[in-house]
Amino acid sequence: MSHLLEVNDLEVKFALRFGDITAIDGAGFTLDKGERLGLVGESGAGKSVTGFSIINLISKPGYISRGSIFFEGKEISTYSDAQMRKIRGNRISMIFQDPMMTLNPVFTIGYQMVETVLAHRKVSKAQARAIALEKLKKVQIPSPEERLDQYPHELSGGMRQRIIIAISLLVDPAIIIADEPTTALDVTIQAEIMDLLQELCETEKMGLILITHDLGVVSQVTEKIAVMYAGKIIEYGPTDQVVKSPVHPYTTGLIGSIPGSIPPGEDLKQIPGMMPTLTNIPEGCAFNPRCELRQDICTQKTPVLEDKGNGIMAACHMK
Amino acid sequence: MNTEQPLVTMDNVVKHFDISGGLLDQLSFSGGKFELEKTTVKAVNNVSLFVNKGETLSVVGESGCGKSTLARVIMGLYPPNSGEVRYGGERIDNLTHGQWMPFRKKMQMIFQDPYASLNPRKTVRQTLEEPLRFHNPGMTGAEAGDKIADVMEKVGVDPAWITRYPHEFSGGQRQRISIARGLILDPQFIVADEPVSALDVSIQAQILNLLMELREEMDLTYLFITHDLSVVHHISSRVAVLYLGTLCELASAHDLFYEPRHPYTRALLSAIPRVGEKKAKHIKLKGEVPTPVNLPTGCVFHGRCVYADERCSREVPELRELDNGGFVACHGVEEGRVME
Repeated sequence: MSHLLEVNDLEVKFALRFGDITAIDGAGFTLDKGERLGLVGESGAGKSVTGFSIINLISKPGYISRGSIFFEGKEISTYSDAQMRKIRGNRISMIFQDPMMTLNPVFTIGYQMVETVLAHRKVSKAQARAIALEKLKKVQIPSPEERLDQYPHELSGGMRQRIIIAISLLVDPAIIIADEPTTALDVTIQAEIMDLLQELCETEKMGLILITHDLGVVSQVTEKIAVMYAGKIIEYGPTDQVVKSPVHPYTTGLIGSIPGSIPPGEDLKQIPGMMPTLTNIPEGCAFNPRCELRQDICTQKTPVLEDKGNGIMAACHMK
Repeated sequence: MNTEQPLVTMDNVVKHFDISGGLLDQLSFSGGKFELEKTTVKAVNNVSLFVNKGETLSVVGESGCGKSTLARVIMGLYPPNSGEVRYGGERIDNLTHGQWMPFRKKMQMIFQDPYASLNPRKTVRQTLEEPLRFHNPGMTGAEAGDKIADVMEKVGVDPAWITRYPHEFSGGQRQRISIARGLILDPQFIVADEPVSALDVSIQAQILNLLMELREEMDLTYLFITHDLSVVHHISSRVAVLYLGTLCELASAHDLFYEPRHPYTRALLSAIPRVGEKKAKHIKLKGEVPTPVNLPTGCVFHGRCVYADERCSREVPELRELDNGGFVACHGVEEGRVME
């Protein structure tokens, strides 16, 4: 049985003057049709790089140094640029964080949408425009005909993000990778966008990889979750289980540090210190200097992902 | 209500910004006549609120609702167009720079982005020493050094790093340094404008804990500006909800989170994603936030409110006190039209 997307033992390195640094170290996960996976972690944990490397958007000096990515049964990490272009934006789309930055300010919405359709499909301009209109309706944009002739600056942030989602839907992708899609938006708009993404996954049987630092959003939208720390996936399992009974001390700390997880006024559980920079990852378990449960083994041996029950895989010696 | 006099009060504060540009931009031709028309952003409209000593009042709302403008009006960084701001009973909105001086010592501000709010060319010592020397002209270098070390310790930054520059610190530590700068003059009142929004969640928890400890230790009063409602719930004693520059609801944190009255507050609260709770149905609002250039007539929220009727589009609702001590500006709540 093969998955829609299967990432195995992925390692991404960046070649810098003083040597290579490892941004992603042995990440692996799978995604099925209609499934929603959350990639969570703090800034610099490697979540975006993981997302980018799936559609080979890693540019120099970064490169995939190990591992494989199977999409619909085919190994795509070794594809040439020309082959990749048939997948990128076509079978796998990406939504980026800042809706103010991803639309071109000097072209109308319609122009940008038609351009995308024409790049991937052999249709006439009029047909492309009809497709664009249909997708705008699908993302519930009010008065979609008018929007086609408007420029990005005429729309609000939430509206722009809807348009970007509509653009990513233009060619009926199998997977959408959404990199912090709502971080720049207000909470009421965030809730609407997340509803929309979830609905689309259900109706279109699309896979979603949601990259975010917000555990609240992930726990509401996704079915599976992968927690990243310093370039590694340290916990991976069903969202319900991970949120309810996390195994890795980092996940536990992360959940405890969210206001709202404990009664108001009490001290938030804090994880001392901060995430190491990639040039300076500690020996053994990368989390060991911040961990309460640290033993000698943690500073000597790097833990690997193991089955810890409840469907959760975690990389920790102590649990 | 509280018998003690509030530390800070705002009465009917209005702040509009003129964005109409030059004379020619204002000129328009209609009906055979030239007319001059000004365009203003109505950032804060008729807001009245008070902050009691020792409490944490949070001001929440979405981007562009005027929360930062409100904070800056209190701090005297923007003069209000009308209305009064009082600190400890004394009026401060119409003071000269010289008259402001004693208040500056008591009122300090912490900003959102610790990457932008610290001068990259000044060491920690220089950053912290400047306000200290300025407000205490007689202070010797040694005294200043002691004070700086003391405050650095309080905020959890090693005093040995006093000669370092901001770029040598991480985001969380920089925010600690900006908090230290806010505390160096032993203020009574701190306005914190989104102090944790730029930080990762584990660092955010450290800073929030620090702010709560400091409040106890130094007997501080906070005005906390944020859009993050879970943070608000955690640290506030009272919460003011702002929409389009208008105060919708002002209530104790507990009442606001468990019994929100104003339809906007309800929609806002229902949109918070909570960890471990399966998605509750959130209340969908109609349409989009209007621009503060052309405010809607009547209640500013009426165009998006499911309870709105004809009166809401005509008459501006006043802030009314409720039986639980909270305040709400809504005709629907007053008439009992807004149901649980």
